[in-house]
Amino acid sequence: MSDEPVLRMESVRKTFGGSVVLRDVDLEVAPHTVTALIGASGSGKSTLLRCANLLEDIDDGAIWLDDEEITDPRVDQDAVRRRIGVVFQAYNLFPHMTVLENITLAPRRVHGVARAEAEARARELLERLGLGGRAGEYPDRLSGGQQQRVAIVRALAVRPRLLLLDEITAALDPELVGEVLTVVRDLKDDGMTMVLATHEMGFAREVADQVCFLDGGVVLERGSAEQVFGDPQQERTQRFLRRIVEAGRL
Amino acid sequence: MTLTKDESGREGADDKGDGGHGDAGPGGEAEAYVPSRRRIDREAYERARSRRATAIAALSTLVTGVVLYLVVVNAPGWPRTKETFFSGQYAREALPKVLEGLWLNVRLLLVCGAAVLVLGMLIAVARTLRGPVFFPLRVLAAAYTDFFRGLPLIINLMIVVLGVPALRLQGVTVDPVLLGGTALTLTYSAYVAEVFRAGIESVHPSQRAAARSLGLNNRQALRYVVLPQAVRRQVPPLLNDLVSLQKDTGLVSIGGAIDAVRAADIIVGRSLNYTPYIVAGLVFVALTIPMTRFTDWVTARMDRKRAQGGSL
Repeated sequence: MSDEPVLRMESVRKTFGGSVVLRDVDLEVAPHTVTALIGASGSGKSTLLRCANLLEDIDDGAIWLDDEEITDPRVDQDAVRRRIGVVFQAYNLFPHMTVLENITLAPRRVHGVARAEAEARARELLERLGLGGRAGEYPDRLSGGQQQRVAIVRALAVRPRLLLLDEITAALDPELVGEVLTVVRDLKDDGMTMVLATHEMGFAREVADQVCFLDGGVVLERGSAEQVFGDPQQERTQRFLRRIVEAGRL
Repeated sequence: MTLTKDESGREGADDKGDGGHGDAGPGGEAEAYVPSRRRIDREAYERARSRRATAIAALSTLVTGVVLYLVVVNAPGWPRTKETFFSGQYAREALPKVLEGLWLNVRLLLVCGAAVLVLGMLIAVARTLRGPVFFPLRVLAAAYTDFFRGLPLIINLMIVVLGVPALRLQGVTVDPVLLGGTALTLTYSAYVAEVFRAGIESVHPSQRAAARSLGLNNRQALRYVVLPQAVRRQVPPLLNDLVSLQKDTGLVSIGGAIDAVRAADIIVGRSLNYTPYIVAGLVFVALTIPMTRFTDWVTARMDRKRAQGGSL
């Protein structure tokens, strides 16, 4: 496999009304690597992920997925989204469907996989993530950690090229965070390419190949986890990390 | 972090649900438990209080009933009113005819109800379509709902039931039942379309985002994710509209069709005794009660479901 980046962003700009959320963002994500986006609340981490999945239209710049410019207006957006998996902070499971139906919806309706095959794969993934007995349950019968793991399975069921994780542990009780992060760790070992926005600095430090610190609508500092956490160059990064340490979260 | 508090509340509820569902839970606790003195006292007090409340309710109902009865029976016009509105003889005469007429109301309700649900859904979906191709459809659907929600039903009925036959068009029916049913469908589709639209808009945008992020296109997201949730939520108001439609089926009689109300009307015109109206009214109420009870039951069931967990 080539080392062409899976995801590439160039000079991406995104505003909401009058406020500039992303000013000028460049990003490259190599295959089978994990990129962690860190930064204060409102620094644009989630917006960046939503732009990458075309859930938001960008104002300027360009985004490539495997050499294809996906921000080209002529591109079939649905086809692009089929290649990207997303896991949301609030899980966003479909409450009227069972766990199994949640997971098999896209494989069956979008990818045309036969029902039996889709369900077999779903059950296999559920088993792997420790949710073997939950296939027939409705989401509101599950704990937050279980719901989030189902959401991860749902995203994986279509074998995405790239997985975007948007603060996936932010809505979880502290004792449930671990079970979700374990899953992410396993995915990394399997070679899944991931971009994750996170407040779990310890986890970002452990799992990320590349860490990007977002501030003021740009990637102010980027590098290996070692560099960004151990020896931050920018004053604002240092200040941010100091606040995190003071809050006891690193 | 601040959001953990809210979260732990929900987790607690979930755990309870799981335990009740069959998980063994902390074993052995149930057998060892002996209710404390405090609990026994508390429950005794609550039982006494609920007995007292029942007694008060019964007494109050009795007094109200007696007072109402005395007021009506002692009214100066009561003997005459009794004869004109509550005559057993006329009631017996009217009931079979009224029931015969009611069959028409029921048939109208079933056919119009089905048509209204389909048409209402189509209009609601047309209003949510995006893209320039659908612009005329969107405008048409919006104009339709605006017009028919504003137009009084009785005027709509008169235009369709009396106006269409006056055109003497070849091949177009002059049957007052068909025309009346058409008019009812036109008006009620507008109401029901708005109910559906409110349902569609009440589904949180994150649900659509999740569907789209899985690669579903707009139509698939609507069909598999948004509409099922929207319809479920709108069952109570929809049933409400159907009860209302059921009563309004009586209005087709302005074209000469003989429904329950019109059947009563005919007897009244002959006898100058109003008892048949009372009979017709009661028959409608009797038909509506199961439907309103059903509505209540559905609503309560859905509320219970939501209270159980409902992460959205």
